[in-house]
Amino acid sequence: MMTRYSIFSVVKNALTGQRGWQPAWRDPAPKPAYDVIIVGGGGHGLATAYYLASQHGITNVAVIEKGYLGSGNVGRNTTIIRSNYLLPGNTPFYEWSLKLWEGLEQDINYNAMVSQRGVLNLCHSDAQRDAYARRGNAMRFAGVDAELLDREQVREMVPFLDFENGRFPIRGGLLQRRGGSVRHDAVAWGYARAADARGVDLIQNCEVTGLRREGNRIVGVETTRGYIGAKKVGLAVAGNSGRVAGMAGLTLPIETHVLQAFVSEALKPLIDTVVTFGAGHFYISQSDKGGLVFGGDIDGYNSYAQRGNMPIIEDVAECAMALWPAIGRVRMLRQWGGVMDMSMDGSPIIDHTGIDGLYLNAGWCYGGFKATPASGWCFAHLIARDQPHEVATAYRLDRFATGRLIDEKGAGAQPNLH
Amino acid sequence: MRITCPYCGERDVREFSYLGGEPGPRPEGRDADIETMFEHVYQRPNPAGPIREYWYHAAGCHSWLIAERDTRTHAIAAVTAAADREVRS
Ligand SMILES: Cc1cc2nc3c(=O)[nH]c(=O)nc-3n(C[C@H](O)[C@H](O)[C@H](O)COP(=O)(O)OP(=O)(O)OC[C@H]3O[C@@H](n4cnc5c(N)ncnc54)[C@H](O)[C@@H]3O)c2cc1C
Ligand SMILES: [Zn+2]
Repeated sequence: MMTRYSIFSVVKNALTGQRGWQPAWRDPAPKPAYDVIIVGGGGHGLATAYYLASQHGITNVAVIEKGYLGSGNVGRNTTIIRSNYLLPGNTPFYEWSLKLWEGLEQDINYNAMVSQRGVLNLCHSDAQRDAYARRGNAMRFAGVDAELLDREQVREMVPFLDFENGRFPIRGGLLQRRGGSVRHDAVAWGYARAADARGVDLIQNCEVTGLRREGNRIVGVETTRGYIGAKKVGLAVAGNSGRVAGMAGLTLPIETHVLQAFVSEALKPLIDTVVTFGAGHFYISQSDKGGLVFGGDIDGYNSYAQRGNMPIIEDVAECAMALWPAIGRVRMLRQWGGVMDMSMDGSPIIDHTGIDGLYLNAGWCYGGFKATPASGWCFAHLIARDQPHEVATAYRLDRFATGRLIDEKGAGAQPNLH
Repeated sequence: MRITCPYCGERDVREFSYLGGEPGPRPEGRDADIETMFEHVYQRPNPAGPIREYWYHAAGCHSWLIAERDTRTHAIAAVTAAADREVRS
């Protein structure tokens, strides 16, 4: 039984030398078979397992992870959450995700440090302001909060930026106050602990190496710890989607690309919101430890290398200097990369695969962290009921063939432009 | 990463822009069915390992090139001019 975390458990353990804490989840050996196997112990896989148990009463479930829980992108991202989307296929889904974030910590009894500090997208030209006005209006029509700020309102929030920059003067911004950041590892740990407490087996250091089929039905997975049977298998392996789906003979409309993240030395509180630069790909916030957390573009070519290249480091640093010159005095402390599943229209897939019992959750690109709760919620719904959840009906695998793309950027079938 | 352009020599990756894995030959749009066009446009090569891919030497000789690169290590085995490629069928 899971011990509830509360102020009382903190005080009690403080008084007894912190010796009373139990491991947050079990370390079970795989059973011969499960009702549902989720491949991938990232945010999406763990959330799916948790909601299968909590919303659908399906608890004979295993999450199979090749490394340790949270070793993938859920522990590598820059922790931004928001629901400032334009297209009807996306808006209800990301808004549902934000609503789930708002109640997550109470639901899973875990402090994930959900912080609605706002996400501010800056605009640097009249045309860009018009585009943001349109986006903001679309959001408000869909019941999502959005405010268009003029330059002085932006200056009040973040006075230290370079407002009079010769090339990219700041003209205003689109603010979503309910956006913000969440402690990413805590999301993995919190969902893991809550799923485990409901009977889900979390199997770590176990790589899926094959998907076993009988006719057109999936019957189990081959792993480095032996064969495990399953009535249903859900894939949630992010940057490895193409690789794992390939084990069932599927080709996906996805390319795998690397995205980098950066953290500076720890500083006193400097910036209390999330800011995105509108004239280049750059965004920044500050973690509770004090590090400035920032990122930019993907490296731009197919990669499974989980490390970043120098041109992007320079590009991100140049954007930072254009936006916030004082940042030049701060030292960059760490930098890393994660491999992501960039889909052909920049939007995700939550769907059947056409193989009975095999379900796909993929194509999350840059922005899948914010989607974690709703992705788990909708994937669990699909697996449990064999019907898409109403906020995820647009995320079909066949939309590329039918022309029903969800291309927020209008970039076309070129993943490195999304 | 550096790419050795057959015309210009070894150059920094910044000089190049990337198209992606080499697809099969482009189907004749007027005749091809939806499935064939879908395969060509959206089902692009994405191996974890060796890939044949298009690069454009934008800040150099403006040639389209084909690199054979390992996506796990970024090691490039060969670069040839796309104009010299054998079209796969
Ligand atoms: C640098 C960076 C910054 C980002 N910033 C943001 C952001 O600010 N906001 C945002 O919303 N999104 C962001 N993202 C995107 C987001 O992190 C991802 O879209 C999301 O985490 C993907 O879902 P996941 O958590 O399930 O993935 P992961 O945590 O990668 O989970 C997939 C898991 O599958 C496992 N796996 C793979 N193959 C196998 C196998 N064969 N067998 C068993 N297990 C396997 C992997 O080990 C991994 O643990 C960022 C991504 C990166 C890389
Ligand atoms: Zn050249």
